Amino acid sequence: MTGYIVLNYWDLALASVLVLVDAALSIIFGLRIHRGLLVAAVRMTVQLMLVGLVLTALFSVVSPLLTGLTVLGMILFAGQEVILRQERRLSGWWSYGLGTGCMMMSSILVTTFALLTALRPNPWYDPRYAIPLLGMILGNCMTGIALGLNTLTTTLVTRRAGVEAQLMLGASRWDAVAPVTRDALRSALMPTINSMAATGLVSLPGMMTGQILGGVPPVEAVKYQILVMFLIAGGTGFGAVAAVLGGIYRLTDGRHRLRLDRLIGPRRV
Amino acid sequence: MLHIRDLRTSILEPASLALSAGECIAVRGPSGAGKTLLLRAIADLDPNQGFVTLDGRDRSTIPGPEWRRLVGYVPAEPGWWAETVGEHFRDWAAARACLKELGFSEETKSWPVSRMSTGERLRFALVRALTVRPRVLLLDEPTAALDAGAVAAVEALIASRVRGGLAVLWVTHDEPQTRRIACRQLVVEKGRVREADQ
Repeated sequence: MTGYIVLNYWDLALASVLVLVDAALSIIFGLRIHRGLLVAAVRMTVQLMLVGLVLTALFSVVSPLLTGLTVLGMILFAGQEVILRQERRLSGWWSYGLGTGCMMMSSILVTTFALLTALRPNPWYDPRYAIPLLGMILGNCMTGIALGLNTLTTTLVTRRAGVEAQLMLGASRWDAVAPVTRDALRSALMPTINSMAATGLVSLPGMMTGQILGGVPPVEAVKYQILVMFLIAGGTGFGAVAAVLGGIYRLTDGRHRLRLDRLIGPRRV
Repeated sequence: MLHIRDLRTSILEPASLALSAGECIAVRGPSGAGKTLLLRAIADLDPNQGFVTLDGRDRSTIPGPEWRRLVGYVPAEPGWWAETVGEHFRDWAAARACLKELGFSEETKSWPVSRMSTGERLRFALVRALTVRPRVLLLDEPTAALDAGAVAAVEALIASRVRGGLAVLWVTHDEPQTRRIACRQLVVEKGRVREADQ
């Protein structure tokens, strides 16, 4: 990895002028988003600076404990994010537990799979590989699970009469919610499928672009990107299936009733 | 045949009643009194407590789906889950005769659900429930949106099934209808179920 151009802080300051232009436009047109925009830009800058420091420290010590704690922290934050994207939430611990549990299961499984098979760093938990890989899988998995659960709960509410009609005719809970399950899983996986289909033609993924900017030959960067895309598809698929099935399990009961009383909401997202 | 003892939910007061084969009981009471909740509790669609048996078999020993095939329920606003009418019938051949009795032709099978009127939806839902061949049928105002001719056809269809041994619990606001269809009456008021004075 030779010959990448090092940025200094003046370069960033210059680019940040673009955000200030956005804010100015918001003020001129009375859009009232300049405040949120500036706060988000500042948050982004501070968070990434901190992450840079944390990763530098983490990479220098290569400790399984610290790497594990970082992974745990990322997953717990992602769990919070899943909740924020729900119009209706499951009651009690299920709300946080289901999304977080499924993300933890699938993202750790898929990341470990990649570390032990394709990448094989030494040691296998080397944070320089484990953390960025998990971050990419987790981010997509989070979007998939949030979309899947949101579709599941809102659709069950709107299609309640249809689902109960099937239950009344003697369908099992899994059969009665099958059309809703399909919709939920489809909406969970659609972003992943779309991004795989459009990658290379419409968009150049950030990771691949980053590697190319860092001096990696494009063909090698592309191989990494393909690997990551497969991992994302796998992780999102496992996570979304587990979360949607878990959600159905919670929103029905052993007597094959629909239990929408276990939902809280609605709430504007 | 159907025995209910102390059936209750968070809203419904403990209710007890017995329904014999070939018997039709009318259920009356003001709107919001809990008539629908009573039917839903018997069909086991909402969490409820109490003791319910069918032919001596305890409901809690029968899986939910099997129970609802034995004790059918047609709500006041039936639900639909597919595009066309025919997709909602597991056995269209069995439904055909019933639909004919209610004046519907074969071509209704391909009707889009969105095209059906409220009264048509009620009648199709009734036939849909009958094709499962339940022992008990819980009806929530099945003729509320029908003209006189259609009401008579529905009453005749159910009466013929009752003669064949079907037990029916029929929610209605229509006093003359109560006298036509039922020999006993239940009154539901403020979540309390009682037998009406004859």
